[in-house]
Amino acid sequence: MHVKHKDRIVFTALIGISLLTITVLLWILGYVFLKGWRHIDIIKLIPPIVATMYMILIGLGISAPIGIGAAIYLNEYAKGGKFVERIRFATESLAAVPSILFGLFGMMFFLTTLKLGFSMFSGGLTISMMVLPTIVKTTEEALKTVPVAYREGSLALGASKLATITKIVLPSALPGILTGVVLGTGRIVGETAAIFLTAGTMYKLPKNLMETGRTLSVHLYLLAKEGISFEEAYGTALVLLLVILMLNICTYLIGAKLNKNRGR
Amino acid sequence: MNKIISIKDLSFYYGDFEALKNINLEVEENEVLAFIGPSGCGKSTLLRILNRMSDLAENPKVKGEITFRGQNIFHMDTIELRKKVGMVFQKPNPFPMSIYDNIAYGPRMQGIKKKASLDEIVEDSLKKAAIWDEVKDKIRKNAISVSGGQQQRICIARAIAMRPEVLLMDEPTSALDPISTSKIEDLMSELKKQYTIIIVTHNMQQAARISDRTAFFLLGELIETDRTETIFNLPKNKKTEDYITGRFG
Repeated sequence: MHVKHKDRIVFTALIGISLLTITVLLWILGYVFLKGWRHIDIIKLIPPIVATMYMILIGLGISAPIGIGAAIYLNEYAKGGKFVERIRFATESLAAVPSILFGLFGMMFFLTTLKLGFSMFSGGLTISMMVLPTIVKTTEEALKTVPVAYREGSLALGASKLATITKIVLPSALPGILTGVVLGTGRIVGETAAIFLTAGTMYKLPKNLMETGRTLSVHLYLLAKEGISFEEAYGTALVLLLVILMLNICTYLIGAKLNKNRGR
Repeated sequence: MNKIISIKDLSFYYGDFEALKNINLEVEENEVLAFIGPSGCGKSTLLRILNRMSDLAENPKVKGEITFRGQNIFHMDTIELRKKVGMVFQKPNPFPMSIYDNIAYGPRMQGIKKKASLDEIVEDSLKKAAIWDEVKDKIRKNAISVSGGQQQRICIARAIAMRPEVLLMDEPTSALDPISTSKIEDLMSELKKQYTIIIVTHNMQQAARISDRTAFFLLGELIETDRTETIFNLPKNKKTEDYITGRFG
């Protein structure tokens, strides 16, 4: 076959595949929208939304500082060697653990051993362990994209290592780090298994850290699984999608603004 | 002439690899000293040892001694040393922030916070680096948005803002066009009135044009150091002559 024809066939095939991906996405979104938009009962959804917020705040409040700190250590301070390799291996293994196992562990440790009960706090602690690898990994990737020339430039001006990291490296890596944080948020919002085993499934408004409640995803899962109301399930699903969409738009806007400020 | 830097019996290793062998060299105040030699001869390595950027390499090992104004640099605090011995890199590396913030970065690190003092340092440094007129209307703009040649002069201004005594320049014009290069060369002859300049260059015409003395390196050894005219017209060593006349390199 002529090379040009081959080229064209491959090109067409690739376009076809891309269109297929988009079609699937639009199909799901459209389906959920059509089925759900009449059934959004926002008052009824307030308790799950609040519970979801708790999960995000506790989960990120714990995992973001630890994850970002670990990534800074691994990328900026550690000079290779066995210890670092082991930490990386452990992080990657942690990322591959199914979420139900985190749930099981959380239930055993936070509920039974530490006696925290089904609570926002137990759920948040569990979920923070789950998103930790995502945050470490994306932060490390973000730090790696900061040119060595910036670090050298700063050190050559008599800046300390710490000052170089806080004034030059972290600001340059910020869009990437935020992307990681939002990816983590996405995982928290979408998680069910690890959460209902630790935060509980009760439909109620959690008034503080130690109270139980169900997040949007758990709410959706129960509505569908128990066959309570598929209409409500679609309404909830739509709200869940909107929350995730909003998160993505936020990241995009933050990233665009940071890049603009930095003149890229 | 006063000696500002003395290098005595210096050897440098990256792990097991001996990058510099037994170097002895004196640097005089307010001179422009050029390091020339083929790639991998150790000239950039030596430059980076002078402000101890070499500490960042993997497994660096040093033997011998370097003194800066009589103080052994390996016993000095790197922060103190780097304040006095500034560096300009091969590729312009302005930070992704405004031109003003780039220049003020070093002084701010030293605790200068008053706006008036910073304004003065920024203007003075940009003037000394012969770029003030080109950027004075956009010092709040991002330094990355200006041309490569302007970026490099901003980096020179940034180094000058620390009021260093020595400026190390690692092939500062190799990434620039001829017009920007000649601007930076002109600038160097202006700067040497105030600073001691050590420049690594691949461009022998450049070494001949701007330096007072030239040091020729080959395979980690310092082959010959002399007045630049002498090195280029009457080198004592056969290897230097071969390199200068383009027989290898």
